[in-house]
Amino acid sequence: MLHVESLSKHFTLHLRGGLELPVLKSVSLQVNAGECVALLGASGQGKSTLMKCLYGSYGADSGAIWLEAQNGRVDIAQATPQQMIALRRRDIAYVSQFLRAVPRVPALDVVAERWLQARPETDADTAQEQARDEARALFARLNLPSSLWELPPATFSGGEQQRVNIARGFIEPARLLLLDEPTASLDAANRRVVIELIREAREAGAAVVGIFHDEEVRDAVASRCVAVQ
Amino acid sequence: MSAPSRPKGEYRSAQHEGTPMKHADPLLSVRALSHHFGGPRYAVRDADLDLFPGEVVAIVGESGSGKSTLLNCVAGRLAPTHGEVLYRSADDQLLDVHRLSERERRRLERTEWGFVQQNASDGLRMNVSAGANIGERLMGQGERHFGRLRAAATDWMTRVELNADRIDDSPRDFSGGMRQRLQIARNLVTRPRLVLMDEPTSGLDVSVQAKLLDLIRLLVARMHLSALIVTHDLGVARLLAHRTLVMREGRIVEQGLTDRVLDDPQHAYTQLLVSSVVAP
Repeated sequence: MLHVESLSKHFTLHLRGGLELPVLKSVSLQVNAGECVALLGASGQGKSTLMKCLYGSYGADSGAIWLEAQNGRVDIAQATPQQMIALRRRDIAYVSQFLRAVPRVPALDVVAERWLQARPETDADTAQEQARDEARALFARLNLPSSLWELPPATFSGGEQQRVNIARGFIEPARLLLLDEPTASLDAANRRVVIELIREAREAGAAVVGIFHDEEVRDAVASRCVAVQ
Repeated sequence: MSAPSRPKGEYRSAQHEGTPMKHADPLLSVRALSHHFGGPRYAVRDADLDLFPGEVVAIVGESGSGKSTLLNCVAGRLAPTHGEVLYRSADDQLLDVHRLSERERRRLERTEWGFVQQNASDGLRMNVSAGANIGERLMGQGERHFGRLRAAATDWMTRVELNADRIDDSPRDFSGGMRQRLQIARNLVTRPRLVLMDEPTSGLDVSVQAKLLDLIRLLVARMHLSALIVTHDLGVARLLAHRTLVMREGRIVEQGLTDRVLDDPQHAYTQLLVSSVVAP
């Protein structure tokens, strides 16, 4: 599903006199459908950087990121912005540590949006309720109090925001699922729900790449561990 | 996956025999566009950009970067000193915006294009009612039936979260945020394919801005609009735009996926801009 070939990336900090920070040096990785690879390495070794390259948020200096997308094989490192937008609609999902909350959008719609975006041909008005029902089901599974569902997540606690992120990441199946510390702010019960969600995604054929500092979660979901450097 | 095709060839007349539009053809192409206001300094220099159907592109930059000048050249309001603006119309004609007849340009401005001004009063008729403001473009298309005009105005006021009871009120009685909503409704009633916005939320209170951005986001997504939004606010770019162009002293210095430009800026100026934003 995913084939990362000799991926290299550095940062040039112009504001610091052009200081060059090498982060990824010729990283290669292969992940098959149904597998979950846990990235290992100390902080600053490039785990999040690699994830962001896989999502297209960061550019790469050299190398390739081949993904077997629905519409065929594509090199994410060379994809145009339009291709990336299309891939993010149906092929790739990213659960980040932080929620960049759109002001004023209720939590249900933050999640429902992704379901709707994956179906651009459907009429948003009629599909809206169905999308929200799917979101409700996930929120219930993640034990997010229903009193929060219609509220914008900006005022939620870390753990509550995390669960909105998770719901958004799992509401629509993806071929490549990127998880950056998905259980960081969760209690034991909710960690178990996330473990289940990851298992279900793998069974549905997703290739999962994750950063899990929590060893219990990592042991429960990872088929393999890979050190980034 | 192959990259989207680009328009080829020379465009001498306003009407051009275009090839059938594939979904990968740009809706709008700007080629080597430059503009100076009579002096030696160029306000815009060699701007190239493509806008694809359903895409929202933000043009960010500080005061004097040339972003509004670029937008006005794209809108056909300002004739560029060099370069061209090509627009693919609803009937699949590739048009050179600056070679159109005045009549043809006005027709497009009233139907396929929208332009949301920073100052809402500049984009509204302040001495007619809210309803009349919304109905104007429909009347321009030949709609004369009072009932239908009123129904459309009511419908759109509701969509932009204006109290429909105020349909006969003058925009002079509206707040800045409300006027901006009215301007948006006035522009969107004819379902334009291309919407240009010049700092649509600047000058409004923060909470009003947030609500307006929400509205713009929703409408753009629902109506599958293509939009070019000029803003000095990187947060607006992140919220609304698929792609972002960064301008400095008349030139586009960086462009790409919005999160890439903001999270992994390559150009020194973009890095400076991004690091200068104060997060609340």
